Amino acid sequence: MKRLLALLGVLALIATACGDDDTATTAATSAAPATTAAPATTAAPADPLQAAADACTPGQVDGDLSFYNWTEYIDPELIDAFEGEYGVEVIETFYDSNESMLAQVDAGGAVYDLIVPSDYMVTIMAEEGLLIDLNDSAITNLGNLDPTFTGLPFDPDGAYSVPYQWGTTGIGFAYEALGEDFTPSWSVIFEPDPSYAGEISLLDDSRETLGAALKYLGYSLNTTSQAELDEAVELIRGVKDSIKLFDSTTFDDNLVEGETMVAHGWNGGFLGSYDGISTDDYDAYEDFGYFIPQEGGVAWVDTMAIPRTAEHVCTAHTFIDFLLDAENGAALTNWNFYASPNSASAEFIDPEIIEDESIYPSDETFANLEFIADTGDFEINYQDALTAIKN
Amino acid sequence: MSTPVGTPRLEAASERANRRRGLLLALPSYVYLIVLFAIPLVFVGVYSFASRSRTGKPELADWNLDAVAKLLDSTVLQIAWRSTWLALLNTVLCLLVAYPFAYYIATRRERVRNMLLLLVMIPFWTNFLVRTYAWRVLLDSDGLVTRLGEGLGLWGSMLFSAPAVFLGLLYGFLPFMVLPLYAAIERVDWSLVEAARDLYASGWKAFRRVTLPLTRPGIIAGSILVFIPSLGAYVTPDILGGAKTTLLGNYIVGQFLAARNWPVGSAVSMAILIVMLIATTVYFRSGGRTF
Amino acid sequence: MTTRRAAARSLPGGRRPLVQRVLALNAWAVYAFFYLPIFILMFFSFNAGRFVTIWEGFSLDWYRVMFANEPLMKALRTSVVVAIVSTIVATVLGTAAALALERYRRWLGKRTFDALLYLPVIIPDVTMAVMLLIFFATVDLNRGLNTIILSHVAFNISFVSIVVRARIAQMDATLEEAAADLYASRWQAFRRVTLPLIMPGVLGGALLAFTLSLDDVVITQFVQGPGTSTLPVFVFGLIKRQVTPEINAVSTLMLVASMVLVFGSLLLQRRR
Repeated sequence: MKRLLALLGVLALIATACGDDDTATTAATSAAPATTAAPATTAAPADPLQAAADACTPGQVDGDLSFYNWTEYIDPELIDAFEGEYGVEVIETFYDSNESMLAQVDAGGAVYDLIVPSDYMVTIMAEEGLLIDLNDSAITNLGNLDPTFTGLPFDPDGAYSVPYQWGTTGIGFAYEALGEDFTPSWSVIFEPDPSYAGEISLLDDSRETLGAALKYLGYSLNTTSQAELDEAVELIRGVKDSIKLFDSTTFDDNLVEGETMVAHGWNGGFLGSYDGISTDDYDAYEDFGYFIPQEGGVAWVDTMAIPRTAEHVCTAHTFIDFLLDAENGAALTNWNFYASPNSASAEFIDPEIIEDESIYPSDETFANLEFIADTGDFEINYQDALTAIKN
Repeated sequence: MSTPVGTPRLEAASERANRRRGLLLALPSYVYLIVLFAIPLVFVGVYSFASRSRTGKPELADWNLDAVAKLLDSTVLQIAWRSTWLALLNTVLCLLVAYPFAYYIATRRERVRNMLLLLVMIPFWTNFLVRTYAWRVLLDSDGLVTRLGEGLGLWGSMLFSAPAVFLGLLYGFLPFMVLPLYAAIERVDWSLVEAARDLYASGWKAFRRVTLPLTRPGIIAGSILVFIPSLGAYVTPDILGGAKTTLLGNYIVGQFLAARNWPVGSAVSMAILIVMLIATTVYFRSGGRTF
Repeated sequence: MTTRRAAARSLPGGRRPLVQRVLALNAWAVYAFFYLPIFILMFFSFNAGRFVTIWEGFSLDWYRVMFANEPLMKALRTSVVVAIVSTIVATVLGTAAALALERYRRWLGKRTFDALLYLPVIIPDVTMAVMLLIFFATVDLNRGLNTIILSHVAFNISFVSIVVRARIAQMDATLEEAAADLYASRWQAFRRVTLPLIMPGVLGGALLAFTLSLDDVVITQFVQGPGTSTLPVFVFGLIKRQVTPEINAVSTLMLVASMVLVFGSLLLQRRR
């Protein structure tokens, strides 16, 4: 019996010891000052982490970079290049939703130097005091940003975030269903022609799904009016029979495989799929298309930000600067087909990408786009609305 | 169970020793579960009465019953009802398929048995998502299973329909049923079954009267292992079924993530814990003794 | 023992060939059911295109890509380490718990323990994920491999003990007592008699734990730390990209590796 217990003890020790070999997890984290109760205003003067950030100089590194990002959202060659140039290591960790990333950063207890939150999440994290104010003087390439992507509503002063990549939500379709000549409107989904009714997919995401209906109805997709939201619910319920499925993961595959004819989804997904099935003899773009409805759609921006859990703030600044470099920014886009907010990159980006209106929409289409913003406690109502639709 | 002979005093001493040994054996996992489950669970209990914050992690200052009240919301009850049926049907389906299967494996030669058991588990050491996508391929309009069904004139494409959901769930949970059933059947004293065969004329009767009762612990354990997790299943039903209805699993994830409404997520989870705990306790107390 | 084995041998080919044949047929049908999607999965790992659902011709490219993908390989290694360590710990703890509950009566706190043991099976993944994250943060434990393993053991103990209990229940205790008289120590009695008897349950429990650990994504992604994303976390994080046949290739690699291990050890056993 005693031997058994001893064995257990040893195993438990091994289990705990295993975790400590990752360099970044040792030492007390800087999570301590990140109390959630911190006021929404910018950091107080007596803030060592902020002070360290403010003292960073261009190109300075202060240790390995712990990079918390979506999986395969960056060309590994860029990581290698950064490691080679600055002699530090980049430790990558992955997440699949802004919310699980938020929970981790909010909890503290793990060193993450750089994160890639989406637009609305920047607002939340900044106002909750989870992000540090970026030191613009350490980011020399800031001027490369397209002016359209500065002063965006989710971070009006650009204090906390630097745009990473961006895209849109719209409708992917088979020409077989819509023909060559159709009105690019949300009505394609909400007033479907019987020929393809029942072959439609909608995103399975409270804000996006209801946002589409709200836009069709002429409302803001950030509405906090319960009456408008109810109207959107009724609209989707009314066409539920012509919706084949709610799908946020395989909407693009389903479309190109012919399981659906019209699909609500993110541009990057559709274009990746069209590109993927195209061969030397077959051009998928002849069969499939993507448009942003004339009533307006959703624009999203993923950004780079430094959370309160950071320890190597100067390396993080240097990495942001590195990705804002014209050629590096282009490499990012050439690798994953998402649009770059970096105007200096334009000349290095594959012309096919930059001329594609589904990736780089025209200025007038762009003006029609809306960002999803946090609606506070009204988020509950959006989630309940999606549940109501599906009940 | 107690020692066969001996004076009362000796018996009492051995009884005490036995109790001590029981506690000692359980102690490591007891402590482990208290520290890494029971104590963390307190957070969930407390959060059920707190109010939502923007980051999710609730604010503890403002106590209320809002989240708990949501449990009585007709939508939530409908979702719970739907999930319960789905889990129940899946459990029955798994049991029907797994019992004869486990019986067959358990009655092979010893060396073959272990290999056959491993062969059950190995498919599940692949990635869950690509495994589910493989089912998508089999079930879509020109998938293998669809073509087979069309060839036989029995079924068409099942993708994005209830049968696809059940097929996916059956696939995912079958091993949970097979393992305890195998462990129970493998242990059956076959001489008893032989004797029963001599006694009763039919093999079916012998099975029903002897083998089945002997393997009941396996059936119960398997049913628990299938029913409870399939109550919370949602990824497979979503991908194969088209996500047109909400299940308990999606509901809770939606509350914790998209809505960042931890109080409601916590309250629903606590309710599930309490209901299931009462259900199993009542079952075991009311003569349903198995373990 | 001998009578049981003899009876077992007489069963398969024995009295009721029809029943046996139906059982065999069912078993092979179930194996086909298990492996059909796996063959599809392996098949697509050789896809020339970048879909896991549309076939575009044969290629070994994805294997090359996979081996060159450092984060992916790291995630695979992390997954395997976590699964092995948490399975071993959970199997030892879970088996001890099962023995305590089934073999010993009325010890202090038995009923509470019995109930507590079920809770990790009942609780929804995401709830356990959130509460463990908050717990680790509260006790100021830095997250990494250690917290992932601690969490996996926490849910696996229950699964192991449920399977093992199904095995021990109603097992004849006198055998062990006789053995206890025979051998010098309790430990020897346990090793020589009890353990072999409950082994199928222990093996089943361990297999289940290993599988659950390899598949877990929700809990891991909340309790992970820098650089410790597991394979499922890596795969689910591909939401902004596409799940490519690379993931099929990784799965195929794991499948082949485990097959080699299984059949290799089987061959070794036979030779001995």
